[in-house]
Amino acid sequence: MSTIESNGVVAEHKIPRSHYLNATYTVKSWLFTMDHKRVGILYLLSISFFFLIGGTFASLIRLELATPQADLLEADQYNTAFTMHGIVMIFFFLIPSIPAVFGNFIMPLMIGAKDVAFPKLNLASWYLFIFGGTFGILTTLLGGVDTGWTFYTPFSSTYSNGNVILAGMAAFIAGFSSILTGLNFMVTIHKMRAPGLTWFKMPLFVWGMYSTSLIMVLGTPVIAITLVLMMVERGLHIGIFDPSLGGDPVLFQHLFWFYSHPAVYIMILPGMGVISEVIGAFCRKRVFGYEFIAMSSVSIAVLGFFVWGHHLFVSGQSIYAGMVFSFITMLVAVPSAIKIFNWMATIYQGSVSYDAPMLYALAFIGLFSVGGLTGVFLALMGLDIHMHDTYFVVAHFHYVMVGGAVTAFMAAVHFWWPKITGRMYPEGWSRLAAFMIFAGFNLTFFPQFIVGYLGMPRRYHVYPEEWQLLNVMSSAGATVLAVGFVIPAIYLLWSMKNGKIAGPNPWRAVGLEWTLSSPPPEHNFPITPIVEDEPYSYGQIIENPVIEEDEEVGVVG
Amino acid sequence: MNQEFQLHPEIASTFAYEVDLLYFFVVAVSVIFMALICILIYIFAVKYRRRTPDQQAEAQTHGNLLLEIVWSAIPLALMMIMFVWGTYLFFRVNQIPEGAMEFYVVGKQWMWHVQHPTGQREINELHVPINTHVKMTMASEDVIHSFFIPAFRIKNDVIPGRYTAMTFEATKTGKYHLFCAEYCGTDHSRMIGSVYVMEPEDYQNWLSGGVSDETPEEAGARLFSQMNCVTCHSDQAGARGPSLNGIFGTEESMVGGDRIVVDEAYIRESIINPRAKIVSGYQSIMPTYQGQVTETNIFNLISYIKSLPSTEGTQ
Repeated sequence: MSTIESNGVVAEHKIPRSHYLNATYTVKSWLFTMDHKRVGILYLLSISFFFLIGGTFASLIRLELATPQADLLEADQYNTAFTMHGIVMIFFFLIPSIPAVFGNFIMPLMIGAKDVAFPKLNLASWYLFIFGGTFGILTTLLGGVDTGWTFYTPFSSTYSNGNVILAGMAAFIAGFSSILTGLNFMVTIHKMRAPGLTWFKMPLFVWGMYSTSLIMVLGTPVIAITLVLMMVERGLHIGIFDPSLGGDPVLFQHLFWFYSHPAVYIMILPGMGVISEVIGAFCRKRVFGYEFIAMSSVSIAVLGFFVWGHHLFVSGQSIYAGMVFSFITMLVAVPSAIKIFNWMATIYQGSVSYDAPMLYALAFIGLFSVGGLTGVFLALMGLDIHMHDTYFVVAHFHYVMVGGAVTAFMAAVHFWWPKITGRMYPEGWSRLAAFMIFAGFNLTFFPQFIVGYLGMPRRYHVYPEEWQLLNVMSSAGATVLAVGFVIPAIYLLWSMKNGKIAGPNPWRAVGLEWTLSSPPPEHNFPITPIVEDEPYSYGQIIENPVIEEDEEVGVVG
Repeated sequence: MNQEFQLHPEIASTFAYEVDLLYFFVVAVSVIFMALICILIYIFAVKYRRRTPDQQAEAQTHGNLLLEIVWSAIPLALMMIMFVWGTYLFFRVNQIPEGAMEFYVVGKQWMWHVQHPTGQREINELHVPINTHVKMTMASEDVIHSFFIPAFRIKNDVIPGRYTAMTFEATKTGKYHLFCAEYCGTDHSRMIGSVYVMEPEDYQNWLSGGVSDETPEEAGARLFSQMNCVTCHSDQAGARGPSLNGIFGTEESMVGGDRIVVDEAYIRESIINPRAKIVSGYQSIMPTYQGQVTETNIFNLISYIKSLPSTEGTQ
C-alpha cells in the first residue's frame, strides 16, 4: 500500500502462511464446509452464475426493443425472456446477493464471532438454494415460463403454456434457503456478539442484516404458501384464484405482494448497510446519526409489511384500503430520506478518498434517491392510475434494484475483496468500470421514465414507432452497462493471482474484520476480541500493519 | 396521434390535466431534492477530498438531534401534502357522474370488445363524443387485462369474475392509443387499439354509419326468451322465480335476512352463481349459466333487465 511507502517503511505485506483458502484444497472440503467464509464464497460463485444468466435475458430484451417491430424474438420467446430475467435476477441474484455472500462472509467477522450460530444449517441453506436453482435452470432448458415473475392468476394457474409449476418450485425451494439464512443470522446476531459489543456498538451493516433477516423469516413463508396454492390450482384444478373455478384472482395479488413488497427491502436494506460501512471507512469519520440510520433500517423493515396494497390501486382493491396503503407507503419515504441525509452529513468534513467502493457509494446515494423519489409518484393513488404497469415502474424498480442494490453489491465486492482474497484489484480499471456502470445505467433507465409517462406499458414486445428513439437510448445504455459488468469480472479474477498483496487493513478502516489477516485464518479470532470502542471510532491514524511470518496469525492490531 | 418524438403525453381529458398538475408538482419537489443532494455531495466530495494518505477527517461528529428532526419533518410534511392531493384525485375519478353514457367493454385474449349505449359494437376501437361523461363497465372473458388510455391518464384492471368501472370526459378531438396494461399472455402487446374523440355531430354520423344493430336491450330481450329465463321469471303470480320488473336499483331482501341493492354485479352473480343469494320467498332452484353465456350477453341481459318498467301490484 502507498501508505506504507509514504511512511518510509520498507517492509512488505505477505499473504499469511495459513488461511481459510489454503487450509484444505479438496472439492469435498468445499462442498462439506462448515466455515461461514467458504459458504459465502460458494454463494458468490453461484449468484455470479445466475447474474450472468439473468443478464443474458436482459440483453435479449434490450436487443428486441431496439426496434418497434418484432424481429429478434417471437412474442412467446420475448415473454419468456422477461419472465426468466425477473425470476433469475430476483430470486437467484438479488435476494441472496449481499445477505448470503457478505452476510455470511463478513457479518460474523464484524461481530467477532467464530462462525454463524448454525454452521450446518448454513451449508444446508446453500444446498437448498442450489436445488431451487436447478429447478430454475431446468425451467429455462425446457423452454422457460411466460407468466412474468409475478405469476399473476388466473393466467399462471389456468392459461399459461409455460413450465409454471417448475418455475414455481424453483422460487418455492429457494425461499427455504432464504428463511434458514435469516434465522441463522438472527440467532448469530443475538447470541454470538463479542464481549462488549452491545447492540448500539454494532456496525450498521449488521443492523441492516438483522432487519433483512426479520423480513426473510416473517415474509418468505407467505410467498411459499401462495406459490403452492397457485400450483395446486394449476395441477389439481382446485379453485382458489380462478373465478371460473370459484376463486378470486385479486386474492393472489394480495398474497403475492405481502411477501414481494417486503422482499424489495430484503434486497435494499443490506445494500444500505454496505453503504454506511463504505462511507464511514472512506471518509474516516464516524457515521453521522448512527442510531437514526440503525433505527431507520428497522422501521423500514416493519413498515414494509403494511404497504403491499400500493401494487393494487387499479386492480379492484377497495379505494379506502388503497388510501391506507398509500398513506403508509408515503411514511416509508421518511426513514429512507433520513439515511440519505445522514450519509451526506458523514461526508461533510470527512477525509474523502475516491477508491472504487466510495465511487459506488456516491453513485448509490444519487441513484437510490432517484429510485426513492420516483417511488413517491407511484405511491400517489391519483398518479398511479396512469403510471401503473408502465415503463415508469420498470425504471423506478431498476433505479432501486440496480442503482441501489447492485451498486451496493459492487461497493461491497470491492470493499471486502482484499479481505476475501488477500489481494488488491487494479485501481484504474475499477474506477473506469464504476464510471461505465453509472453512465450506462442512467442511459439505460432514465429514458424509461419518460417513455413510461408517455404511456408505454411494460412487458410489451412491440410498441408504437414514436417511442423508438427513447428505446434505442435505453438499449445503447444497456450495452455500456454490460461492458461495465464484464470489466470487473475480468480484473477481479486476474487480481486473485496478480493483485498487489493487501495486508490486513488496506483501507485503514475500523472494524473487527480488519484486525484479522487477509485472507482471514480458517478459525476466526484465536483470541476472542473484547470490544470497548464506539463503532466507527475514527479520529486517530489507523495503520495497515505488516504481519511478520513468525507472528501468530489472527491477532493483528 | 402524434407520430413525432415527444417528452410529454397528450392531454385529452379533464382528468389528464389534473393528473399532470400533481405530476409536475412532484417532479418539481424531486428535482429540488436531487439538486440539493447532488450539489452538496459534489461540494463535500471535492472540498474534503483526501490530499495525503494519512489525512484524517476534520471533525468526528456523533449526530445532531435538531438536524434529524428537521430533515425528517420536511419530507414528512411534503409527503402528506402529496398524499392528500393524490388521494383526492383518485376519489374524484372514481365517482361515476350521473347520466354518463354507458359503454360496456369486454377484454379477452387478445382483443377489446366495446359496445355503445345504442348497440353498436366495435373491436379494438372506441369512438366517443367530446365533452361528454363516459362510463365504462368492464369485464374479462379469461385472464386479467387492463384498459389504459394514456392521453386520458386513466387505467383500470379488467378482471374475470367481477365488474370494474371507470369514467372520463374527453376534451380534445383526435386519435389516441388504447393499450392493455396488464400482462395477459402471448399477444399482450398486440392487444391495443385506438380511441377516437369526435365532435357530437361526427359521433352521431359515425353511429348511423355503422351497421344498424339491435340495441343491448333488444338483444337482452331476445336472450331472455331464448335462454328460457322467462319461464321462471314471469310476472305471473306463483312463478318459480321473482319478477324482474323494475327491480334494478331497488333493495331486495334475501333468505337469511340480508338486504341488498340490485346492481350490475348482483345480476351477473345471479346468472353465473344463482345459489349465492336467494330472494326471500323463493327456492334455490335456478341452474348456473356459467360457461353458457358470454360476458357480452350478460351485459345485454343486464341492459334488458334495467329497461324493464316497474309493474306495481302484479306481485
